[in-house]
Amino acid sequence: MKATRIHIIGVGGQGTLLATSLIGQAALLAGINVNLSEVHGMAQRGGVVESAVTMGDVLSPIISDGEADILMGFEPSEGLRAAAKCSKETTVIVNSHPLAPFTVAIGKGVYPNLDEAFVKWAKRVKKFAALDADALAHQAGSVLSLNMVMLGALAKHADGLPVSADQLRKAIKENTKDKFLKVNLKAFDLGYQA
Amino acid sequence: MHPLLSPKAGQTHLLLGNLAIVRGALEAGVAFVTCYPGTPSSEVPDAFFELAPETDLYFEYSTNEKVALEVGAGAAGSGLRTLVTMKHVGLNVAADPLMTLAYVGVEAGMVILNADDPMLFSSQNEQDNRFYGKLSNLPMLEPSSPAEAKDMTKFAFDLSEQLKLPVILRTTTRINHSRGAVTFGPLGKRVTQGRFTKDPFKKVTVPAVSRALHKVLVDKYNQAYDLANASDLNFTKGRGKLGIITNGVSYAYVMDALADLGLRNQVAVLRLGFTHPFPKKLVQKFLRNKEKVLVVEELEPYMETETKAAAQEAGLTLPIAGKSDRLFSRLYEFEPGVVRANIAKYFGLKYQAPKPIKVDDLPPIPGRPPNLCPGCPHRSTFYSIKKVAGNDTVYPTDIGCYTLGLLPPLSAADFLLCMGSSISTACGISRATGRKTVAFIGDSTFFHGGITGLVDAVYNKHNVLLVILDNGTTAMTGQQIHPGVDPTPFGVDKHRIKPEDVVRGVGVQDVHVVHPRNLKKTQEAVEAAMKYEGVSVLISEEDCPLYARRIGRLPKRPVFRVDQAKCKNRRDCLNYLACPAFYLEGTAVMINPDLCNGCAVCSQVCPEGAIRPVKEGGQA
Repeated sequence: MKATRIHIIGVGGQGTLLATSLIGQAALLAGINVNLSEVHGMAQRGGVVESAVTMGDVLSPIISDGEADILMGFEPSEGLRAAAKCSKETTVIVNSHPLAPFTVAIGKGVYPNLDEAFVKWAKRVKKFAALDADALAHQAGSVLSLNMVMLGALAKHADGLPVSADQLRKAIKENTKDKFLKVNLKAFDLGYQA
Repeated sequence: MHPLLSPKAGQTHLLLGNLAIVRGALEAGVAFVTCYPGTPSSEVPDAFFELAPETDLYFEYSTNEKVALEVGAGAAGSGLRTLVTMKHVGLNVAADPLMTLAYVGVEAGMVILNADDPMLFSSQNEQDNRFYGKLSNLPMLEPSSPAEAKDMTKFAFDLSEQLKLPVILRTTTRINHSRGAVTFGPLGKRVTQGRFTKDPFKKVTVPAVSRALHKVLVDKYNQAYDLANASDLNFTKGRGKLGIITNGVSYAYVMDALADLGLRNQVAVLRLGFTHPFPKKLVQKFLRNKEKVLVVEELEPYMETETKAAAQEAGLTLPIAGKSDRLFSRLYEFEPGVVRANIAKYFGLKYQAPKPIKVDDLPPIPGRPPNLCPGCPHRSTFYSIKKVAGNDTVYPTDIGCYTLGLLPPLSAADFLLCMGSSISTACGISRATGRKTVAFIGDSTFFHGGITGLVDAVYNKHNVLLVILDNGTTAMTGQQIHPGVDPTPFGVDKHRIKPEDVVRGVGVQDVHVVHPRNLKKTQEAVEAAMKYEGVSVLISEEDCPLYARRIGRLPKRPVFRVDQAKCKNRRDCLNYLACPAFYLEGTAVMINPDLCNGCAVCSQVCPEGAIRPVKEGGQA
């Protein structure tokens, strides 16, 4: 099976690692070879968190520049930071709701003009889906379900993704505590419909 | 039941490399586990800490890696299968017992997990610990995936028992922190009651004994060498006149590259998993019918040098390259694209690398450096010390969250080598500069490697202030317990040792214990310590807020807000504290109530008294 490479980037606390693991669980359910990689350590301290999923006929757990089939940006400027992972064949799925880094929050850095940057970026890739995942997570019942919204958007927008929306739903069901399940599935569906 | 203790063989789970290693050890019947935690190895001991109470295996977080290895050597020498885990620099700490344990050997299987960190994701250097195999003469195994990490761990115990030598399992971050499908095998039977057989003329390493033992080690090395040459952990994929020798995660990059380049049927790949003793005979056989060979390995040219030596002995003159022809770097980790490009280049293939989109006209992205958390006690301690001791004082620091004190505006870190180096380097700096020098160390790091330095400071009468940032846990590595931690929340039976008792016990006369949220009292203590000629210790006691929340000990406190009517926008709060809960709305400084943890430190820093607690259900 052709390799699919998904690069995921976000900010500590956004649940990128859980989302990464759930894609992996869905692949396992689908009986597809899957490799995941994560960088630990700084996740709780507000830093950038990057991870990767590779599926199909591939062994490498990480992705070089220009080689991501799908790029998921859980925060818009962080997505942009990883733009070099894209080629013109890449599908980009990005949360449009900014989370300003501390340097910006205290006036010691400038947050990029996203509208302008997104227009340029979108023209250079195969498919570009921006959604307000924070708003949808809020609508689902908890801002913490942002990662589920992003998984829903992945299922909808990533053509040729070797795992199905139902397999992702099943992975969520099997790996979520009962009290969060309803919100998480709703968030997934909102992301899928967005 | 802990999922890693599942007796069901044949089930497949998506496992982190580190957890695959845990399962492998359980399948080998490991009975005794010691460690000092450190990224990227920490999930191994943390999993054992979680599951040990459900079993009869013994687990401990040891004081440091040297102690972990020695405790482990005692157990393995008494017939218990033993796992000892540490990160790469930890093996430096444990190198002393390692070298001689190789002489003495073990009775039951002993595996030393050693996790290297190419790229320095969370380390102070990226040394290549494969050289510890050569240095110690011990066998070394290197997996290429989580699934293989499990199988190799299990095999390592058998190998160790066969040779009566500890075996080093060497991983890198991309193995420890990758996930993949791992199929469980049956759990091993544990032997948990050991017996020490006295044999002092083989186990007490006085020179006459060690002279004999060195020969024993060389004999075992030769035995291991034969095993490495015959091992199925060293296998060949594909055939052809062109060859690649590789190891670890690089094997994945190589196999993907060959598939991408359409070279799977033209290039033979020798994957080495049993990398020490270097399987020279096997490599010579591989080289014999090759025209050209490339060695693909991260960090130092270890296999490349060995391969060239092997070729020379066999009278082979084919080109062998890796790092030496400036193809691969000795720096950082590899990635698939770099490996593919270098394979194409070396074998003379036309190759167009996948083209990244144009990004140079996209706007620059502001940095998002890690930061001390809102309410972190280190921030208030640094603030008070800098306020009194100023910018000219030199601040050697140590390894932990507080190393982030490096960043402005705290700028409270000037020198760092390794665990425990803060106090000892401060002694040298103070003696050389003639000024009182202030060293920062965390509680876990103090027990790990700070005490001997403090003894030196007292004994040699150095003029230093050691600040022990006692946040009640091993915060950076994942909140592990250590000798200074109150063990009650974990229900484990440990004897707690307070840093203050140690400090007074080694003879420090000028000791201050402060609560860093009280800035006034903390600064008074710092002033007294800075005036004192000799060794001072300031113990700054306050729970890590993340840890306090985890164990349900975080006090409920009102959050704070800025009274905009009182604020004159001097911004001492931003310019000296820079707590992540602050943000600007226009020019007004605001506090994010979702991030504020009510530590009240900023309210003491504000000259206008404009930062006030938010009363329940209303404004301040």
